[in-house]
Amino acid sequence: MSTDITSNDLDHAHDGHDDHDHKPKGFLNRWLFTTNHKDIGTLYLFLSLIAFLVGGSMAMVIRAELFMPGLQLVEPDFFNQMTTMHALVMVFGAVMPAWVGFANWLVPMMVGAPDMALPRMNNWSFWILPFAFTMLLSTLFMDSGGPASGWTLYPPLVLQTGNSLAFVVFAVHMLGISSIMGSINIIATILNMRAPGMTLLRMPMFVWTWLITAFLLIAVMPVLAGAVTMLLTDHFFGTNFFNAAGGGDPVMFQHIFWFFGHPEVYIMILPAFGVISEILPTFSRKPLFGYSSMVYATATIAFLSFIVWAHHMFTVGMPLQGELFFMYATMLISVPTGVKVFNWVSTMWKGSMTFETPMLFAIGFVVLFTIGGFSGLMLAITAADFQYHDTYFVVAHFHYVLVPGAVFALMAATYYWLPKFTGNMYSEKWGKIHFWLSTIFVNVLFFPQHYLGLAGMPRRIPDYSPQFADFNMISSIGGFAFGATQLIFVGVILHCIFRSKVKATGQVWEGARGLEWTLSSPPPYHSFTTPPEVSHNMVRHAD
Amino acid sequence: MNQQQKNRKTIRRLVLMAIGMFGFGFALWPLYNVFCDVTGLGGRAIQISENNNQAVASHRVVSIRFDATVNSSLPWVFQAKEKVHEYNLGVPSKALYLAMNPSDEALTGQATYNVAPPEASLYFVKTECFCFTEQTLQPHESREMPVYFYIKDDLPEHIKDITLSYTFYRQGYTPSGGMNHH
Ligand code: HEM
Ligand SMILES: [Cu+2]
Repeated sequence: MSTDITSNDLDHAHDGHDDHDHKPKGFLNRWLFTTNHKDIGTLYLFLSLIAFLVGGSMAMVIRAELFMPGLQLVEPDFFNQMTTMHALVMVFGAVMPAWVGFANWLVPMMVGAPDMALPRMNNWSFWILPFAFTMLLSTLFMDSGGPASGWTLYPPLVLQTGNSLAFVVFAVHMLGISSIMGSINIIATILNMRAPGMTLLRMPMFVWTWLITAFLLIAVMPVLAGAVTMLLTDHFFGTNFFNAAGGGDPVMFQHIFWFFGHPEVYIMILPAFGVISEILPTFSRKPLFGYSSMVYATATIAFLSFIVWAHHMFTVGMPLQGELFFMYATMLISVPTGVKVFNWVSTMWKGSMTFETPMLFAIGFVVLFTIGGFSGLMLAITAADFQYHDTYFVVAHFHYVLVPGAVFALMAATYYWLPKFTGNMYSEKWGKIHFWLSTIFVNVLFFPQHYLGLAGMPRRIPDYSPQFADFNMISSIGGFAFGATQLIFVGVILHCIFRSKVKATGQVWEGARGLEWTLSSPPPYHSFTTPPEVSHNMVRHAD
Repeated sequence: MNQQQKNRKTIRRLVLMAIGMFGFGFALWPLYNVFCDVTGLGGRAIQISENNNQAVASHRVVSIRFDATVNSSLPWVFQAKEKVHEYNLGVPSKALYLAMNPSDEALTGQATYNVAPPEASLYFVKTECFCFTEQTLQPHESREMPVYFYIKDDLPEHIKDITLSYTFYRQGYTPSGGMNHH
């Protein structure tokens, strides 16, 4: 059994095995040709950090233009390119690669495997990304400009993009191929490489949520690829998939896009659920409350995410039965989501809690993500959505679930596992400062947008009527401050990696449970060359 | 089964799943159209028939509103002669639209149509319509464009008003600005 796991590699000759902890020599060998899950994880995380800063700068352009009514800084078309690119970069460049980065680092360690199942494919999945993003971003410098249709790429508007549309479409294809390869790898690792004793229902929640996320990715990224391919042929080859004059239907694009799009929002949030379910028990010093209900809730959410897509399209003119179906189906999702929130709260209940930075971010997540869940519930009410749709209320909703939701979970994960990855402790003082400033300013930034939306301010428009001036100014100030605060985050990370003198123990956190904490910090280059025997008291939720 | 075989099997299944879903994305296009034709959703499920033989006259009346739009690619004036009119169910009828080309060049357009509420499209039968073919207007020409139709007598009771809407596009129009010439 144990030899099975060490000599598992499908297409990788395991050349480095005899010199265990010796990493490949030379920069190119170490990073460009690497097949090591930790190195690839690091590459993903750095790419994501860069994308976070690039996408963040675009958000600063948006908030600067919206600081005051009137058009002052940028051309309206460029403003629209910024809203489009900001979203594409954040979704596909910051959040998704960051989760894949954590999966690379953690999944093999958490299930007791030496590496990912398919190390060479792993290298490919990562190295496609920088090329895809170069292509995507290069459109901003082309004569015809970047896409300005919003990240949802609705025709007919998106078909008015010039020839640069081809670059956008191919970039999306490459991103999709990368995600699918990454997902295949993660599924193969989880299904085939678990250590003896690591039964499915002993797996950490992060592994569970990623397993389900990977299936979602394989199911919907190809659908997005199909949709953008149809845009491509409509634009360049005279097909009429979405051209009403030629017998096509632009609304159909919306159906296909959201068939991908709604599961996509869960792709961004399910790994976050996993991380929160790891962190809360550690700092509450209690097992996760309701482990198996967490697993089932995650699977239910994933399943339901396929039958709610048209809640993004309530106003396109669906028949009443359709509106009602999608309304009730959407509301149904809040049931398993509620199960999770209650379980998290119960995990903390009567725990001996301490509030290190990862815990602060995790608690911030629970509170603020739930606000986003509530505004989602309001949007799910068909009749009400006719008022809210395409206003800043929607912008407030999805930023609450994505920024103090997915992004806070990413930050929590960073603080939680960075000492494990690097062997050094980060600065707790600056971590806490980062948390409090982020939490204050994220609310200053996004809370007023609820009111702007209710008062009727449309999204994706560079100018607005003077009645919206005050709240936009508050929101912009919050935005600049939130943006600046993230430089602290970058500083804390760099300090932890290169400067910190405080060494982390293998255990790092007193209350932490799980296989990754049984390794040294930093862990050996190849984690579990002999698979550990997993007994029930090594896992978080003593079953 | 050893590790390598297990991984191969996993890859094979997942790649198939990805390819299948790529196909499914395209299959959504015909599926969606079939779904709309069967249910009338989308308002384009109008029946087209060469003759009036199946029309069964009834005393019930329904009010039809005639709507006309021209896409910005085509500089025509296009309107319904009568905006609203009441019709008896099951009685073959005629409505007139008027199109005019105020420009100095001959232009060819083609109209698409739509019925609201969508459910009504299942009971709307057209026997002849200018929208079936391309229409060319010489410079400054104007022309009456008739549509012959009847409404089936089993139109659900709750439908009292129907809107029939046409949009004229320039022949070969695409939103990307180019023109298709097949
Ligand atoms: C209780 C759970 C949720 C409900 C009921 C819900 C409901 C909705 C509804 C009805 C809309 C469409 C609003 C409109 O366009 O008029 C919407 C938009 C959106 N939601 Fe949610 N949502 C929920 C959770 C989430 C989560 C967890 C995420 C992501 C992590 C998310 C991300 C988004 C995004 C990105 C949009 C806007 C897409 C766009 O138009 O660009 N939502 N949500
Ligand atoms: Cu959705």
